[in-house]
Amino acid sequence: MSLSIDEVEKIAALAAIDVQAQEKTMYAEQLSKVLDLFAQMEAVDTEGVAPMAHPLEMTQRLREDEVTEYDQHEKFQQLAPKVEAGLYLVPQVID
Amino acid sequence: MHTLSLKTLSEKLHNREISSVELTQYFLNRIEKLDPELNSYITVTPELALEMAKMADAAIAEGSAGPLTGIPVAHKDIFTTDGVRTTCASRMLDNFVAPYDAHVVEKLKQAGMPLLGKTNMDEFAMGSSNETSYYGAVRNPWDLNAVPGGSSGGSAAAVAAGLAPVATGTDTGGSIRQPASFCGITGIKPTYGLVSRYGMIAYASSFDQGGPMAKSAEDAAWLLNAMAGFDKRDSTSIERDLPDFTASLNDTIEGLRIGLPKEYFGEGLDAEVAAQIEAAIKQLEALGAKVVEVSLPNKDLAVPAYYVLAPAEASSNLARYDGVRYGYRCEDPKDLKDMYFRSRAEGFGEEVKRRIMIGAYTLSAGYYDAYYLKAQKLRRMVRDDFMRAFEQCDVIAGPVSPTVAWNLGEKKDDPVSMYLADLYTIPVNLAGLPAMSVPAGMAQGRPVGLHLVGPYFSEAKLLNVAHQFQQATDWHQKTPEIAK
Repeated sequence: MSLSIDEVEKIAALAAIDVQAQEKTMYAEQLSKVLDLFAQMEAVDTEGVAPMAHPLEMTQRLREDEVTEYDQHEKFQQLAPKVEAGLYLVPQVID
Repeated sequence: MHTLSLKTLSEKLHNREISSVELTQYFLNRIEKLDPELNSYITVTPELALEMAKMADAAIAEGSAGPLTGIPVAHKDIFTTDGVRTTCASRMLDNFVAPYDAHVVEKLKQAGMPLLGKTNMDEFAMGSSNETSYYGAVRNPWDLNAVPGGSSGGSAAAVAAGLAPVATGTDTGGSIRQPASFCGITGIKPTYGLVSRYGMIAYASSFDQGGPMAKSAEDAAWLLNAMAGFDKRDSTSIERDLPDFTASLNDTIEGLRIGLPKEYFGEGLDAEVAAQIEAAIKQLEALGAKVVEVSLPNKDLAVPAYYVLAPAEASSNLARYDGVRYGYRCEDPKDLKDMYFRSRAEGFGEEVKRRIMIGAYTLSAGYYDAYYLKAQKLRRMVRDDFMRAFEQCDVIAGPVSPTVAWNLGEKKDDPVSMYLADLYTIPVNLAGLPAMSVPAGMAQGRPVGLHLVGPYFSEAKLLNVAHQFQQATDWHQKTPEIAK
C-alpha cells in the first residue's frame, strides 16, 4: 500500500503534528512500508476470536469517593511555559 | 568493586568494610571517567547521590537498614524523579523537572538506594537501538561501534560497564531484554502489572512494564523484591501476595521441562547466535532439565499486531504533549493550532512522530476494524499459543534477538527492519508474560542473550532457572575491556 501526499497531510493533521513540505515524501514512504507490514494480518482468519485489550483478566478497581489529591497548582504551574494569575496562557483563541 | 554482586556489596556495607558514601563516590568517579565515551546517562546527580548515601550510612549505623540500603542505583529516564530532570530522552521534556516520584523511584528510595542519575534511552522508549534519543546514541561497552540495544540502552550499558551496580528499565516490546542481551547483562520483564506504572512515562499502557537490569539473576531478584508490589495509583497494578524472589534461586531444576518453539529457530536467526543458544540449552539439560518441542504458530503475526496496537496507544498517550501545561512550546505561535502543531513537530523526534501518525491513522474512521480490532484479535491468538505451549512445558527458551548488536547507524533509516528485529520479544508483551534475558555466549565478539519465558507470575521460577544456569556458566561475569 502506498500513501499519497494528501493522505500524509490528513494523518499529520489527525496527529496534530506540523509536517514540512520536504518531509512529506519521506513520511509517505516510511508509513507505507509500515502499512505493508500490517498487510500480513489480512490473510489470517480471526472469525470468532474475541479481541484482547489487556493481558490480564481483571476488572476495574473501584475506590471510595473521597478526596485523595490536594491542591498543588503552584508547584505544577512552575513547569508551564506561560502562566498568569494561576492560569495557563495560550495564544488568543477568540477574537 | 563494580563487579561485585549486590549481596556482597550489602555484606560489605553492613560489616562497615565500606561506607555507602565511598561506594557511591566510586561509581560517580567511574561515570565521570567512562561515560563521555558511552553516553549512558542523560543526567548524573552527584550531590543528591551523596546526600542519600549519607542517610544510608546513618541508617546502617543505627541498625534500621534493609538489604539494599546504601547500594546506589540508576533509573531509566522514563521514571519521574521528584526535583530531578526527567526527559524521557525527548526534546519535549528537556526542561521537565518532575514534581513527583514514580512508584518504583519511591520504593527504591525507601529501600535506601542512592540515585546515581537518569539513564539514556530511546525517545519515549520507542526504538530498539537507543539511537532515537534526543541526547545522542549510547555506545555498546563491548564494542563502541555497536548499538547497546533499546529502548533501555543506557541502563544496560551502564550496568555492563560498571557505571551502576544495578539499574531499572522498562519493557514494552523487548526494551529490557534486548539491550540486556546486546550488552551481556541479566534483565527481567515481570508479568504485566507486577511493577507499578505510576510515574513511568506512558508509551503503550497495556504493554509497559518496569523491571530490573542487573549483572546476574541473583542481583535481579534482589532488585525485583524492592520494585514489585501493589500500587493503588496504577489501575492495572496487581493485588497479590508476592514471593521473596531470592528464596528459590538455589532450587534444583532437575526435571524442569523446557519448551523449544520450533518457530524460534528458523529462518533469519544468525547461525552463530543459534549455536550459542543451543549450547546454553545443552547446559540446562546437563543440570537436569528436559527439552520438549513446542509450537508458537502465530509468532510472525506478533510484530504487525504490536505495531498497530502500541502506536495506537501511543498516539493517545502522547496527545498530552501540547505545549500548554509542561514541556516544550514553540517560539511565537501565531494561534492555538499553530502552537500545538509546531510544539509537537519541534519537540518530538522522527520515530516518535512516525508512531503517533501510524496510531492516528489506524484509529481513524474507516480503518479501525481493519487494523486495531484485527490486531487485538491476533493478540489473543498469540497469547493462546503460549497458553497451549505451557501445557507441555514449564519454561520456554530461545534467543532474545536473531542477531547480536548491530552497528550504529546500520538500521537507522529503515524503521521496518528495526521493528522486525524484535520478533522474539514482542509476542511476550502481547501476552503480558514474564521473561528474561540471560548472558549465554558471544558471537562476532558481541554478547548473546538466552530468552526464558514463563507463565504468568513465574518470575521466581525464571530467576531460579537463570541463577542455576549462572552457577554453571560464567558468561554473566565477563566484563568488557572498557570496564576493567
